[in-house]
Amino acid sequence: MTAVALTEERRRARRRAAWRRRRLVLLLMSPWIVGFSVFFAYPLVSNAYLSFTHYDLLSHPRWIGTSNYEFLFEKDPSIWPAVKNTLWLVAIMVPLQVVFAIGVAMALQRARRGVGFFRTVFYLPTLAPPVAATLGFVFLLNPATGPVNTLLGKVGIDGPLWFNSPDWSKPALVLLALWGIGNTMIIFLASLLDVPKHLYESAELDGAGAINRFRWVTLPSITPVILFSVVIGVIEALQYFTQAYVAATIARGGQAGDSLSDLGYPEQSTLFFPVLLYQQGFRFFNMGYAAALAVLLLIVSLAVTFIILRRAERLIHYQGLVR
Amino acid sequence: MRFRRAVIAVVLGAIGVGASGCMGGDDDSASGDKAAAKYDGKPVTITLWTGFSERELNVIKGVVGDFHKQNPKITVKVLGSVDDDKIIAAARGGNSPDVAHSFSTDNTGAFCSSGAWIKLQPYMDRDNLTAGSFPPSVQSYTKFEGNQCTLPMLADVYGLYYNKDLLAKAGITQPPKTFSELADDAKKLTQRSSDGKIDVAGYVPTWGFYENQAAHYAPQWDAHWTDDQGKSSLSSDPDWKKMLLWSKALVDWYGYDNLVKFQAGAGDEYSAQNAFERGKIAMMIDGEYRTAFIENEHPDLNYGTAPMVVDDDQSDLYGGGYVTGSIIGIPKGAKNPAAAWELVKYLAYDEHALATLSNGLRNVPTTDASLHSPELKPNANFATFVKVFPNEHSATNPITAAGAAYQEAAEQFFAKYQTGKVPDLQAGLEDLDKRIDDQLAQITQGQTP
Repeated sequence: MTAVALTEERRRARRRAAWRRRRLVLLLMSPWIVGFSVFFAYPLVSNAYLSFTHYDLLSHPRWIGTSNYEFLFEKDPSIWPAVKNTLWLVAIMVPLQVVFAIGVAMALQRARRGVGFFRTVFYLPTLAPPVAATLGFVFLLNPATGPVNTLLGKVGIDGPLWFNSPDWSKPALVLLALWGIGNTMIIFLASLLDVPKHLYESAELDGAGAINRFRWVTLPSITPVILFSVVIGVIEALQYFTQAYVAATIARGGQAGDSLSDLGYPEQSTLFFPVLLYQQGFRFFNMGYAAALAVLLLIVSLAVTFIILRRAERLIHYQGLVR
Repeated sequence: MRFRRAVIAVVLGAIGVGASGCMGGDDDSASGDKAAAKYDGKPVTITLWTGFSERELNVIKGVVGDFHKQNPKITVKVLGSVDDDKIIAAARGGNSPDVAHSFSTDNTGAFCSSGAWIKLQPYMDRDNLTAGSFPPSVQSYTKFEGNQCTLPMLADVYGLYYNKDLLAKAGITQPPKTFSELADDAKKLTQRSSDGKIDVAGYVPTWGFYENQAAHYAPQWDAHWTDDQGKSSLSSDPDWKKMLLWSKALVDWYGYDNLVKFQAGAGDEYSAQNAFERGKIAMMIDGEYRTAFIENEHPDLNYGTAPMVVDDDQSDLYGGGYVTGSIIGIPKGAKNPAAAWELVKYLAYDEHALATLSNGLRNVPTTDASLHSPELKPNANFATFVKVFPNEHSATNPITAAGAAYQEAAEQFFAKYQTGKVPDLQAGLEDLDKRIDDQLAQITQGQTP
C-alpha cells in the first residue's frame, strides 16, 4: 500500500517537474513566439483573410468571396505585363548578378596589390540606400544631360533613352543592380578563398588549364553559394519595388506623392508585381485585391524556391558530405 | 501534448491581440449622421494637419492666428508637410487630427465613402451655410454620392502661360485661343540645333510632362469621362479622339524621341530649373500657383497668362479651364469635432481668411464673396485665373471611390498612343473603357452602401 502511494507520488513529482521545465522553455521561447505571431503569423493569416474581402484601408473589410481572385485571373489587364516584367528580372537580372559577382570576386581573389582598397570599392555601393542609388543612376543615365550619354556622344554613339525608353528601362535597372553587387560578391569571395589549395595543385599536376580548373575545381566548390545567391536573388527579384518605383517616378518628371502617378513608366515596362500590388492597395484603395496579389506572390515565391532547391540537389557539391 | 497545446494557445492569443490592434477602429460608418455638435465655448486645443510646408505653412499659421484672435478659447496646433498617406494611417490607427487638409481631390471619394471623414452637411445646415457658395466644379470635388464630407480651401485653376519675349521674337502678337493656333504657334516658336535637337520647345504635348494630364485638357475639348449611365465614355465621346489626334500630330512633328530627350533635360517642374521659367519652353499649361513660383524664382521673366486654348469647333468654351484644389474635413475620431467645425467653417467660408490665404499662397479663393473681396490683390497674371475659375465652362474630373485609377489607366493608354504603338485608336479606346469599367466595378464591389 505504501509502495503504491510512493510510486504515485513519484509520478506526480515527475509530471510537475516536467511541466515546470516546459513552462521554463515556453517562457524562454516567448519572445520568439510573440514576434513570430505578431509579425509573421498574424499578417499572413490576416492577409489571406483580406484577400477575400473588399477593404479600402479606411472602413472595415467586407466579405466578397473569391471576386478578387476572379478579377486577378480573368480581367486585370495589368497582371500579364507585371508578371512578364518580373519574370524578365528572374531570367535576366538574377543570372547576370550571380555571374558578375563571381567575376568580380575572382578578380579580387587574384589581385596582388591594393586588395583591401578594391574590396572596399566594390563593396561600397551596397551601403548606398536604394532610393539614393536609383536617383544617382537616373541622373547618370539622363538621356539629355546625363554624363553617360554625353560620353557616348563624344565617341559618336547616340545613347539610348534609358529609363525613358520601354526597351532600355529594365536594362538600366540591371546596371543599377550590378553596381550594387557587393554583398553577393563578398560571399563569393569568401567561398573562393575557402576552396582547398590542394585541389588546384592536383588539377595542375593532371595538366588542367585555367578553364578546366575553374570548371572542375572552383565551380563545384562554390555551388552551395551559387544556390544560395540564386534563391535569394530570385526572391528579391519577385519583391523588386523601390528602385522601380523611384526610377519610374523621377524619370517621368514627377515626385513621390504626386496625385497622379504613372507607375511602370514608361509604357508599363517597370510595372513589376510588387509595384502593381502597391498601386492597387495604396493608390486605388483596393487593399483586398492587393492582398490577393500578395497571396499569389507568396505561393509563386514558395513554388519557385522549392523547384530551384529540388532541381539543384544533384548539382550542389557540399564539401565533406558523404552521400 | 499539453505543452504543444500551450504553445499553440499562446500563438493564437498573440495573433488575436495583433488582430484586435491592427484591424481596429469602430464601424461607425454613419459618422456625422448624428446631430452636429455645437461648440460649447470651453477652452480647447485642436490640431490641424496640412500638406503645406515652409513659407506656405507660415501663411496658414498666420490665418490660423487670425482665427484664434476671433476664437480665443480655441487654440490650434498646426502640423505641416502631412500627406494623404499619413492622414489615412492616422485614421486607421485612431489618431486622427481634428482637422485634416489634403491636396488631392481624387481622394474625396475614399474619404467620404468610407466614413473616414465625417459628414459636414448637418453642421452646414445648422449654421445656414450652403455649398452653393462655391462654383459647380468645386461642389463636385468636395462631395461623393451626395455626401459632403469635405469643403474647399482654395482652388487651383489651369490656364496658358506664354513667354512674351519668345512670342514677340517669332512675330506672334497675341496668345493662341484654339488648339490649331497653339500647334501653329508652337512650330514657329520651336528652335532646334543643327543636329535636330530641340533647344526651345514651342509647346510640349507629351502626356505626363509637367501638367500635361488628360484631366487638365478635358474641359478645353468638352470631353467627358463618363456617359449618362456612369460608364467610361472615352470611346463614345468623339472629343477624346479629337484631343488625342491633335496631340499625336504635334508629337509627330517634333519626333517622339526628340521630345522625350528634351523633357528629360527640362528640369524639375517644381524648382527654379523649370523649363518655362528658364525660357526653354515658350508656352505651357499650368496652374495659377506658377505665378508665385515665377515671382519667387525668376522675377524678371517676361510672361503672360491667358485662358487655356479650346477646340477649334467649340470656340464658345474659351474662358473656361480645369479646376481642382485643396480640401479640408474632420476625420472620424476627431477629439473635438465641434471646435474643429469652427475652424473648417472659417477656412472654407470666411472672406478675410480666403483673401489672405489667396494673397499669400497665390491660389484662387473659392467662395463667390471672396472672389470679389476688396482684400484680394491679384496681379495681372494671377487675375486671369480668378476670371477662369467661375466661368461656366470650367470643370473638374469625376470623383470615384477608387481615387485616380481611371485617370491613370487613361494616361497610360494616351502616352502609348503618342509613341505610335496603337494601330487602331477606336479599338484601343473601347478596350480602355472596358478596363476602366471593370476596374471600378472590382474596386467598388462590397463597398459601404
